[in-house]
Amino acid sequence: MREDLARAGLLEGQVRIPAGCAIAAIVATDGKPMSGHDIITSMEPMRERSSGLGGGFAGYGIYPKYADCFAFHFFFDSRDSRKTTEAYLEQGCEVVNRELIPIRKMARITDEPLIWRYVIKPHRSVLSRLQLDENEYVVRLVMHINTSIDGAYVFSCGKNMGIFKAVGYPEDVGRYYRLEEYEAYQWTAHGRYPTNTPGWWGGAHPFGLLDWSVVHNGEISSYDANRRFIEMFGYRCTLQTDTEVITYIADYLLRRQKLSLQETAHVMAAPFWSTIEHLDMRDPEGARKRAELAYLRKVFPSLLVTGPFSIILGFNGGCMALNDRLKLRSLVAAHKGNRVFIASEEAAIRAIEPDARDIFAPAGGVPYIVRVDGVEGGLA
Amino acid sequence: MGETIQLEDCLGERFIGAGASDARIEIEGIPGNALGAYLDGACVEVFGNAQDAVGDTMNDGRIIIHGNVGDTAGYAMRGGEIYVKGDAGYRAGVHMKEYGDKRPVMVIGGCTGSFLGEYQAGGLIIVLGLEAGRKGRPIVSNFPCTGMHGGMVVLKGDAVDAGILFPPQVDVRVVDAADCALIAPFVRNYALFFGADGDDILQGPFTLVTPLSHNPYTRLYVAN
Repeated sequence: MREDLARAGLLEGQVRIPAGCAIAAIVATDGKPMSGHDIITSMEPMRERSSGLGGGFAGYGIYPKYADCFAFHFFFDSRDSRKTTEAYLEQGCEVVNRELIPIRKMARITDEPLIWRYVIKPHRSVLSRLQLDENEYVVRLVMHINTSIDGAYVFSCGKNMGIFKAVGYPEDVGRYYRLEEYEAYQWTAHGRYPTNTPGWWGGAHPFGLLDWSVVHNGEISSYDANRRFIEMFGYRCTLQTDTEVITYIADYLLRRQKLSLQETAHVMAAPFWSTIEHLDMRDPEGARKRAELAYLRKVFPSLLVTGPFSIILGFNGGCMALNDRLKLRSLVAAHKGNRVFIASEEAAIRAIEPDARDIFAPAGGVPYIVRVDGVEGGLA
Repeated sequence: MGETIQLEDCLGERFIGAGASDARIEIEGIPGNALGAYLDGACVEVFGNAQDAVGDTMNDGRIIIHGNVGDTAGYAMRGGEIYVKGDAGYRAGVHMKEYGDKRPVMVIGGCTGSFLGEYQAGGLIIVLGLEAGRKGRPIVSNFPCTGMHGGMVVLKGDAVDAGILFPPQVDVRVVDAADCALIAPFVRNYALFFGADGDDILQGPFTLVTPLSHNPYTRLYVAN
């Protein structure tokens, strides 16, 4: 597709390409580590959902040695932007480790930025001076770097997890980052087919903030309404694509407002008022549900996400898959033994587990939540 | 019918049988989206599940799925027959239409997601909900027949009593099987393909949904 556009004298972004993306996840509910091999294989049958303009993965549990530290993954445009960022980081954090993220050079992945990993720990004295907990401090740090340091982008900043993304097809991106060398109890993945915004490294999915990561198929009609609201709380949308805002909504509702995953789903993909009104008031459970759903719609109207979407929100200890309330994008789930599979297409699941059982499609607006035994979630 | 083509180990390949007019295609594995799109007379049989947009805009022929289908099965279908042994996802039969002797039929043995027959303009959709009770699901989820202005939807059982809500622009009647004799041959086909008892399925009440007007939008833009 990229080649076709180049021949026509058009740059991606100057022409609108209607299509979908691909998403997938594998979760070992017993917490057993899995290499990145299977999640890459899972993306292969969905190649036509991507365009080669973005692919990415998130792995959870990959940095057990640094489980108490934040693992920052950076794209730098130049050595200067890296040095500026490093100096800024060192003002408030101990840099426990710094290294180039290992990659495998390949012809299909080009124009790469400098890709670095910084393992950091905010200084306790800084946190107490600023009266911030470490999560809030890290969020502010990331927002500052992404908006104020030219040519520096933090694209992953969670504990014991990491995002790996690039411009390319997802299966190439997975091999580029040598994901078979990492061990995670949960992987999520994305193949991008950008429709309205540029296909660049920072715009590939997953998007991350702290340990939240989001992969998304769809487009958000409410993007600007959501962005205006969320930017009032210090979040800054800098990555030129709509999915970013979902990540910040998740952080705001789950971490700062301490909503549950269910409640968060009912804000982002709220049922229609007509559906809420038809809940049975004679039934005490119906009455309670009706009050709760109406409350969430009234308190957070600006965080209703409209337009077609299927997303997988990853976090330490599990993930949540969610469709828009009209279910305008596909999403199926299945399981086998201690592994749960989620994907845009059943073929993606069958590619790695031909005998996966109980294939089902969660209804629009109804979250499908998977949790991992023995892994503390970043949630109340 | 022309030659028989057997496909094994399918894994998400799109557009299988697209536009085919004279063949029998038998599929093992999981075919990709838009299976049998624009089908024009061929017969496609899948021994398992199928993904989204089965029979998209098909014109003639038959698709038989021994499993479940994803969203938008029979999208804008204009002729031929689709039989699904199990469940269908959202928007089954969206924009189905008919003209002259072209009258598409879709039979779904299980339950369907929301927006069944959305904007339906013609043809016949039959939903049997055969295992609805066991799965604890309604035969059809929210907003069936939204924007319907032609054709017919038939649901097994008394859907009104089951609490299914329909939009105001459709007429909903609960009838005996004898009152909707036109479904019998298609239900018998379903029974034949999937080894069920047709007479048994045809017992008991059915819910018949038809639009109140064939042209509800006549007065929307101009008074004519």
